[in-house]
Amino acid sequence: MQAFTTLDSAVIPLDRANVDTDAIIPKQFLKTIERQGLGQFLFFDWRYRDGDLSDPNPDFVLNRVDLQGAQVLLAQQNFGCGSSREHAPWALADYGIRAAIAPSFADIFANNCVQNGILLITLQQETIDTLFLAARAAPLQVHIDLAAQELHSADGQHYSFDIAPGAKHKLLNGLDDIQMTLAHADAIRAFEAERRRQMPWLFREVQHG
Amino acid sequence: MTAQTLYDKLWEQHRILSEEDGRTLLYIDRHLLHEVTSPQAFSGLRAAGRKLWRVDANIATADHNVPTTDRAAGIADATSRLQVETLDRNCAEFGVEEYGMLDRRQGIVHVIAPEQGLTLPGMTVVCGDSHTATHGALGALAFGIGTTEVEHVLATQCLWARKSKNMRVWVDGTLPQGVTAKDLVLAIIGQIGTAGGTGHAIEFAGPGIEALSVEGRMTVCNMAIEAGARSGMVAPDAKTFAYLQGRPHAPQGDDWERAVAFWQTLHSDSDAQFDREIRIDASQLLPQVTWGTSPEMVLSVDAKVPDPAAAPDPVRREAWTRALEYMGLQAGTPISEIAVDKVFIGSCTNARIEDLRAAAEIVRGKRKADSVKAVLVVPGSGLVKAQAEAEGLDEIFRQAGFEWREPGCSMCLAMNADRLEPGERCAATSNRNFEGRQGAGGRTHLVSPAMAAAAAIAGHFVDLRRWHG
Ligand code: SF4
Repeated sequence: MQAFTTLDSAVIPLDRANVDTDAIIPKQFLKTIERQGLGQFLFFDWRYRDGDLSDPNPDFVLNRVDLQGAQVLLAQQNFGCGSSREHAPWALADYGIRAAIAPSFADIFANNCVQNGILLITLQQETIDTLFLAARAAPLQVHIDLAAQELHSADGQHYSFDIAPGAKHKLLNGLDDIQMTLAHADAIRAFEAERRRQMPWLFREVQHG
Repeated sequence: MTAQTLYDKLWEQHRILSEEDGRTLLYIDRHLLHEVTSPQAFSGLRAAGRKLWRVDANIATADHNVPTTDRAAGIADATSRLQVETLDRNCAEFGVEEYGMLDRRQGIVHVIAPEQGLTLPGMTVVCGDSHTATHGALGALAFGIGTTEVEHVLATQCLWARKSKNMRVWVDGTLPQGVTAKDLVLAIIGQIGTAGGTGHAIEFAGPGIEALSVEGRMTVCNMAIEAGARSGMVAPDAKTFAYLQGRPHAPQGDDWERAVAFWQTLHSDSDAQFDREIRIDASQLLPQVTWGTSPEMVLSVDAKVPDPAAAPDPVRREAWTRALEYMGLQAGTPISEIAVDKVFIGSCTNARIEDLRAAAEIVRGKRKADSVKAVLVVPGSGLVKAQAEAEGLDEIFRQAGFEWREPGCSMCLAMNADRLEPGERCAATSNRNFEGRQGAGGRTHLVSPAMAAAAAIAGHFVDLRRWHG
């Protein structure tokens, strides 16, 4: 997984509360066999007119010309609520979103984001309001420093944010659950060797037909 | 050493390490894969440049999406085809053994693993599918997992888990004639409810369980998840060993002797403590039929559809009212007067050879009622199908006007072309009667294979004890 250290980007101000995972990625896109490729369907119902990929809705913030390539989402409270689908962070990550800032995030969604290398920054509602105000008219550049737990915005403001130590360690080092488990590889191997010795019948030759 | 339950033993035997917060790293012996929940796990591995930790622990088959009609014609639906082809491609790339759509050993993942001896007592068995509990019938610790966990098992051969509580369902007596393992598990769910086993691992024990065949025990453990438990299990015994001996992946020679000696230790100690225990008397049971949209909405065949006004609490009154409306049923209607449009005999609950024999026994020399539009018999695996054909069961079904199909999940979840039309009523041997499970607007009544077969002949549910066709 890509490590998250610092990030410089404009913010995408998505001024809606309770954005659920069905809005982030509608259920018709869950039949996919890949994690990749969902970015084009991110916020599908808001982003395109009449579900037509060739007809972007100019009123939707993701389609703003001056925000193309932006990697930070600015959102309102309870972002990511609803179904537990991991397709939501997959879609955000595939689009290129690396961090989101909001007054609060839904639980399972927050968990899924950490698994997928997306930094979630929770700030006070007043701070969020200030950022929305600054970001509305023209792109607002921010600098995020995860190690220092700081956010600097181009209008000269500095904010610090909290993050659970486990999640910070994971993001800073670009570790996923598998990598964290593989830190125990020796213990797994030793356990497995003992098992093979005691119960060789649990191990078999692989056949290819 | 303190007394242990079977679950305690299986847990301890697979515990690599535990963290302070109670998370335990468990070693996984067997990982079963199918086409629906594995694609993102494989692509995750690919993206990270990872290999499988232990290739030989994995086995794959395509079951959910495969057509049950002419296989040579391929899969018509494009998304289904893509999922099946993706599984083939992933297995080839990562070296996983796969029973592909045209392999004789192909079938429902929970039917083929025990059949091949790939599930053994004392194992941990996982699969991206909630009905993995089935494998507990052989004395394994088996449970369903999500796609992220599938990827984790592929890459590490381990899972992080928290221990469940111990629950025992003690079955006294033995089942009367015409009453089967399916009726038993439906009655258990009717008694404890769909949340009755939540947070627990259920051990099924007692004379009524010992009297069941190994296949019958699979039917019971299969539905542990419908009682809210992620895993169900039965202590292995002489029947288990006899079932396994000689299967392709069962131990042989000296290994067999050593294995059996070890397997004999896999039972709850006589003074083991359970957090929860319930009892049921098998000898008092009648054939069961679900009337609603949850497996706990179940009654004996001689009962009448319940009146929501008599529900024990407001929550259930609301649920019953909604269920009756969805099911198109009137309170007070005798279960035996409910007429069915279609019949489905299949699924990982009831598509093994004994199930087909029980259905054929009822059907022999009879024909389906004209009012019944279709009867699908879908064997659980290619080998079950071959065995049934060797015994002439397929002929019995065909002569009765039933359709004899290729193995797969089929109308259990209607991901392929087999499904109910809106409003159609079905007697099904599967495990879920949720709204829309067998097709949008479809109405499912869960029953045993014998009850389903009888409903196909009579056109409505019948009390097998009194019915002579
Ligand atoms: S038969 Fe039904 S319950 Fe069993 S694995 Fe297939 S879809 Fe799931």
